[in-house]
Amino acid sequence: MPYISNTDKERKEMLATIGVSKFDDLLVNIPDKFLLQKDCCLEHAYSELEISRQISRLASKNISSAQANSFLGGGIYDHFIPAAIDHVLLKPEFHSAYTPYQAEVSQGTLQYIYEYQTMICDLTGMEISNAGMYDGASAAAEAILMATRKTKKLKAVLAGTINPLYLEVIKTYTVGVGIELVIVPTKNGLIDLDELKNAVDDETSCVLLQTPNFFGNIENAFAVEEITHSTKKALFIVAVDPISLAVINAPSEYKADIVVGEGQALGNAQNFGGPLFGFLAANLKLSRTMPGRIVGATLDADGKRSYALTLQAREQHIRRAKATSNICSNQALCNLAATVYMTLMGRAGLKEAATQSTTKAHYLAEKISKLEGFELAFTAPFFKEFTINTPKPAKDIINEMRSKNIFPGIDLKQFGHENMLLIAVTEKKRKCDLDELVKSLQEVYNG
Amino acid sequence: MASTIFEKHSPGRKGYTLPDNDVDIKLENCIPTEFSRKEDARLPEVSELDVMRHFLELAQMNHCIEKGFYPLGSCTMKYNPKINETLARNHSFNNLHPFQDENSVQGALEILYDLQEALAEISGFAKVTLQPVAGAHGEFTGLKVMKAYHDSKGHANKKKIILPDSAHGTNPASVVLAGFEVVEIKSNDKGLVDIDDLRAHVDENTAGFMLTNPNTLGLFETQVEEISEIVHSVDGLMYMDGANFNAILGIVKPGEMGFDIMHYNLHKTFATPHGGGGPGSGPIGVRTDLAKFLPTPMIDKYDEKYFLDYSHEETSLGKVHSFFGNFAVNLRAYIYIKMLGTKGLRRISENAVINANYIQKKLEKYYDIPYKDQYCMHEFVASGVWQKEKYGISTLDIAKRILDKGFHAPTIYFPLIVPEAMMIEPTETESMETLDDFITAMIDIAKECEEHPELLTGAPQNTPVKRVDDTLAVRQLNVKFEW
Repeated sequence: MPYISNTDKERKEMLATIGVSKFDDLLVNIPDKFLLQKDCCLEHAYSELEISRQISRLASKNISSAQANSFLGGGIYDHFIPAAIDHVLLKPEFHSAYTPYQAEVSQGTLQYIYEYQTMICDLTGMEISNAGMYDGASAAAEAILMATRKTKKLKAVLAGTINPLYLEVIKTYTVGVGIELVIVPTKNGLIDLDELKNAVDDETSCVLLQTPNFFGNIENAFAVEEITHSTKKALFIVAVDPISLAVINAPSEYKADIVVGEGQALGNAQNFGGPLFGFLAANLKLSRTMPGRIVGATLDADGKRSYALTLQAREQHIRRAKATSNICSNQALCNLAATVYMTLMGRAGLKEAATQSTTKAHYLAEKISKLEGFELAFTAPFFKEFTINTPKPAKDIINEMRSKNIFPGIDLKQFGHENMLLIAVTEKKRKCDLDELVKSLQEVYNG
Repeated sequence: MASTIFEKHSPGRKGYTLPDNDVDIKLENCIPTEFSRKEDARLPEVSELDVMRHFLELAQMNHCIEKGFYPLGSCTMKYNPKINETLARNHSFNNLHPFQDENSVQGALEILYDLQEALAEISGFAKVTLQPVAGAHGEFTGLKVMKAYHDSKGHANKKKIILPDSAHGTNPASVVLAGFEVVEIKSNDKGLVDIDDLRAHVDENTAGFMLTNPNTLGLFETQVEEISEIVHSVDGLMYMDGANFNAILGIVKPGEMGFDIMHYNLHKTFATPHGGGGPGSGPIGVRTDLAKFLPTPMIDKYDEKYFLDYSHEETSLGKVHSFFGNFAVNLRAYIYIKMLGTKGLRRISENAVINANYIQKKLEKYYDIPYKDQYCMHEFVASGVWQKEKYGISTLDIAKRILDKGFHAPTIYFPLIVPEAMMIEPTETESMETLDDFITAMIDIAKECEEHPELLTGAPQNTPVKRVDDTLAVRQLNVKFEW
């Protein structure tokens, strides 16, 4: 075994120190009947060369978005990732460190989390951020649980325009604990505000809105906030795309109580949908109901600035059954990627990425809307993603474009919308990439 | 102490490049004024060199496996092989989008399928899902499987999950999150499940039992067969917390010891990096009849073609993650398992167990080791009670002194059933010399407790910062930098 240091000779020496003659003598507490009589059926041990060849072989069976002209989004986006990020992630001091429970030898991790929290607060306009959740979906689910704890109300109202995958995860987290989910119908690709008014009442714990929503449309969060806060206690939870916050209202502008979202777009590769990370920020008055780790600045014995995990009395290792969440391992290294990303891009770079994504998406949308057979599905303002009606099943369009290595978007039929394609654009797209899609769509229509 | 990145901010500095925008459309014409951000987000403006120096400075304040020994009990801080990092960065994997057509991701699906199969084989379960992304996420998923099982049988009364008092904190927290109630039972004087107490608490309302085996004292639960008979007699399900799986690879299979569900911590047992807290991966394995309750989709294979299988949607517990779990972490575990092969698998546990027993043996005269009359598995628990009673030195002081000696501290004050606990897990990748150095340091510390207690109460001194005041961090809550 390449990663085991001790030789057979050393093993023998150690066994002698322990006072046994052979390894099996250490297994006396395991009932004989359970000891395996034959080896597990795995292959021979691959060498580095063999595994490298194997991975290359398997990689060649994929077509990645680096090889294709991809317009896939739906929560996971192909934004530009500066090269320097990976060089930070590869530092063993970050990637092979444990959770920073021993603060004195974990100041590096603790400080970047503190910086991450600061940047998430700056982006969202909120007062406190945790150190991250598994993904945007679980962050949304945990936000609903937070609202339930805070308000002691059991009815959660969700916009029907949220990412359907979020909804599925939310259902898993909320069934069986007495929470009732009310889904507000959609009107013209936006939450139906009249239906929302009917849905909320004094038993409502929260309203969850996503903006830009799953269809890419920008919701009127101001109107939703007003309706939400017209109830006695309900909290306003909003799920946002972090890149959008460079150009779209900070959630504090429309008085959100909790802000969540998928953080992958901040410097993390698509990685076939994982690892991702969810961010969760809130107003300070909700701090004690928050899930997950939080880092605070403090002093060391010499009075020097230092950092430590704080408000740990919320967490499972202290509170066990009474914890605010069961989360322990999170997605820390993805949060580090996001921290380095936000640092490298800075305020100007993030705004540039968001602006280019928006304007290129609008260029594409305009071109497509002029094509015969295609039209924009909605008239609402959008950010970097939009939905079109297609003249034939979206699946057929996707199949026809496969030979050209174009991924034209997400077929919304799987979410109950026939002949609709969801198209995402990032700053990585060039005008020629956009024009290529337009041309191909026309060809598909002309048959 | 490093200044924050915000203090390095210099207006106009840039750490990125982007091409010029080649479409001629104005942002103002895209986003209505009412939805436009009023004030720019305050992110720092720094150069790439500023950034690299900053994060190098931060990195140097961290302990990590490549810097030194990391004897954290139940955390399995083994070496993370470099080849995994290199291969996981292959563009044909890390640029895959989860909404891509199945035909364009066959290589990725094959890896996931093969990893499911390998984990099932190693643990003796019928079916594995890779969707949970952390150990506690796996626990939650496993408990939801229990819920779905009992619901399918109309067992509305089965609300209680029993767990021993030595359980990880995530266990009771997951039980509550999944909508069950916690029933805690005692450990006996040997550190094992107290069978009488178990019998006293098992009844028709018992939905299941969660057990870590070997348990958090590093002891194999010898009576596992009897325990599972008791739990199964009321149609409860047996859940194995796989945090300590590193002890028993190729030696026993949990699926053959009466367990019905188990989670794996790929970031412990299968060498994927801990990343300062994550991302990990917490797949679960189940027996045949529970497979229909697993999250959708499953990764399956038909006629040499791999596909996402939603066929059990009706019975599934739903989804626990947006997509297929932590793919890039699972990819690393796949590589690691391929490199182990059949023989390497068992070799891991053998060396992990030998390493733990070696330290236990050599420290038994210097620290109270409550269960030292038994061989431990891959970890053991020592206690600082002697030092506490004789010299008033706490385990926290000892832990901080260990930092001074260049090692990470063990897991302390856990399990809760051992006072002043220090849970020590060396893992198989550490050499005898490293263990000897650690043992020497621990013996020196035991002497210092007597001769120079101020070295302990004032520890640590050799670390980037002195002892950190975590009460102050709560009292004067400061969770973001004001600038």
